[in-house]
Amino acid sequence: MLRPMKYIDEYRDPELARKLLEEIRKKALHHWTIMEICGGQTHSIIRNGIDQLLPDTLELVHGPGCPVCVTPLESIERALAIAAREEVIFTSFGDMLRVPGNARDLFMVRSAGGDVRIVFSPLDALQIARDNPSKEVVFFAVGFETTAPANAMAVWQAVREGINNFSVLVSQVMVPPAMRAILSSPDNRVQGFLAAGHVCAVMGYEEYEPISREFQVPIVPTGFEPVELLAGILKTVELLEEGRAEVVNCYGRVVSRAGNPIAQETIQKVFEVIDRPWRGIGLIPRSGLGLREAFARFDAETKFKVTNIFAEESSLCMSGSVLQGKLKPDGCPAFAKECTPQHPLGATMVSSEGACAAYYQYHLNTL
Amino acid sequence: MTIAPICPTPIMQHETVQMAHGAGGRLSQALMHRVFMPHLHNSFLDLLDDQAKLDLPSRRIAFTTDTYVVSPIFFPGSNIGELAVNGTVNDLAVGGATPLYLSAGFVLEEGLSLAELEAVVISMAEAARKAGVMIVTGDTKVVGKGQCDKLFINTAGIGIIREGVNLSCRNMKAGDSIILSGTVGDHGMAIMTSREGLSFQSRITSDCAALNGMISTILDEVPFAIHAMRDPTRGGVAATLNELASSSSIGIEIHESTIPVKSDVRGACELLGIDPLHVANEGKLVVAVAAGDAEKVLEVMRRFDPGRDAVIIGSVVDDHPGMVVMRTVYGSQRIIDLPLGEQLPRIC
Repeated sequence: MLRPMKYIDEYRDPELARKLLEEIRKKALHHWTIMEICGGQTHSIIRNGIDQLLPDTLELVHGPGCPVCVTPLESIERALAIAAREEVIFTSFGDMLRVPGNARDLFMVRSAGGDVRIVFSPLDALQIARDNPSKEVVFFAVGFETTAPANAMAVWQAVREGINNFSVLVSQVMVPPAMRAILSSPDNRVQGFLAAGHVCAVMGYEEYEPISREFQVPIVPTGFEPVELLAGILKTVELLEEGRAEVVNCYGRVVSRAGNPIAQETIQKVFEVIDRPWRGIGLIPRSGLGLREAFARFDAETKFKVTNIFAEESSLCMSGSVLQGKLKPDGCPAFAKECTPQHPLGATMVSSEGACAAYYQYHLNTL
Repeated sequence: MTIAPICPTPIMQHETVQMAHGAGGRLSQALMHRVFMPHLHNSFLDLLDDQAKLDLPSRRIAFTTDTYVVSPIFFPGSNIGELAVNGTVNDLAVGGATPLYLSAGFVLEEGLSLAELEAVVISMAEAARKAGVMIVTGDTKVVGKGQCDKLFINTAGIGIIREGVNLSCRNMKAGDSIILSGTVGDHGMAIMTSREGLSFQSRITSDCAALNGMISTILDEVPFAIHAMRDPTRGGVAATLNELASSSSIGIEIHESTIPVKSDVRGACELLGIDPLHVANEGKLVVAVAAGDAEKVLEVMRRFDPGRDAVIIGSVVDDHPGMVVMRTVYGSQRIIDLPLGEQLPRIC
């Protein structure tokens, strides 16, 4: 019944997966802890039960690469304040709508009369701005280097076309500073990384080479399908067993060493590197992107004067430890008790890329 | 056969629903005679009474109601009218009833084109004819612009429960086979891909279909085989399996490799990050049958259009009561949970 689907099924081939697993079992002689950076990879690993199939000597810990999870509570509160305004059409990727602030989420703002819309691209938000010149259209620009080029492009287009009723609420973060923060932590357990495939598609992997050398860890850019993940894990195990701290690309169909220069240039033109707070982790210096001075008029935080809104996390939520690979979701005392996808305490339980949500949704042994 | 003259089409196409169409006066009557009666008329409706008086051949009846608010009202492969008839017919049929009579209540938005309304009514008449049911009573209300989205339809239905049939989702037993009548996710993805804002084109069409013919043939030819039966609409096959598992307090195990998904639907789901098991269907059936009867039930289902691709997707197990677990193609297991909240807006 299932007809093969090109670019998907060859990367989900059970026979190929079985062979890779066999190879991993042969190669993994010591105990290793490997972190997959990206929430999309976490989701695929848990959904396909790859963690159940790996030998006991290998432990996968889940990284901070979930845009929804690391967007700080104060950005959510600012989004809620802006979205509730009469003149605003607030646009966002769907996942952000369910992330709770202190008392409500964007869905609740919508049901109270706010005009909150799900878009699939920031350029769709720009189209809404063109179509509604009497409204202020705001796009919630969250994410890693993967979303940054399109978000930058939306601002760039707005400038070019003179669209002034468009602005972005920016909470844009970057992977390498987070990796450094994890590796610098005194109780770090991570010995090797699967680097996030789509982030590397934009940025390339050259910038990971100094991290690999400095902290003596192998870093392997990896895709998202089961066969790709297993190939990435196998390569990381090989490098670990051979004591080689190198960056080796296992996502050649998408990633090159230099990445996508046009996308990087677009980010550069619109954004500059700034300090950013990460939800659950705290401030990481020079870990995020903010609008350059020349684009300040597209900054929703100043346009709607919400920079004075701050917020505090639930004291029960341990998502910071989960995001740094220090705690497995089911190791949190609130997991599946006070904290469920219906009543999430932290964003890792909300997003489909969040490790806690993935465990709750798919993991047989945790419930 | 038409019993009343229909206005020439060009004039109809330029006409729209007015508030006065719902006021009970001349315009209300005109709407009835021009749009509804020519297509829906039957010996009950023709009396124009406030109620239908029915003689039922049995005292055990099934009674159900459902309201249809799908947007857009026309979507690839079907429309809100056909959906409103088939949905209620199916709700009766999966309870082991033979659907007989339907009511239809319409909420019309001021400004709705009468041509669109008539197209919907024609679809309802056609769907009712195909399913062998009669729409015997109805109502129309008009609300102001913006107070509803073009057209909402409520249908209620009555059917008589077949002699000796006692279907309940609590009757599943360990060892039962779980049969799915065809591909998953067609309806939901047809709606999703026809919505504004999603700028990709597809050939995905809704699977909207009445299931009563197929179900009654199964009950005729393989009596007592079926232990539980549901049509997996909102929430998709995942939600239906979870309902079955939790109401029978028993586990269900399904096999990833057996789930039939059309390649267009699969492609759209991959693109949007949606699990086809969570996507709505409107012409599919999930049944739990004694393992020994499974092949016979499959054979009957495959004779019918909505059951052409019927397959066994798993079985009922003693393990993990109340939970649905999928065996992946890699040999690992994962929970198939209920979808959380809205995935696709207004799909039925």
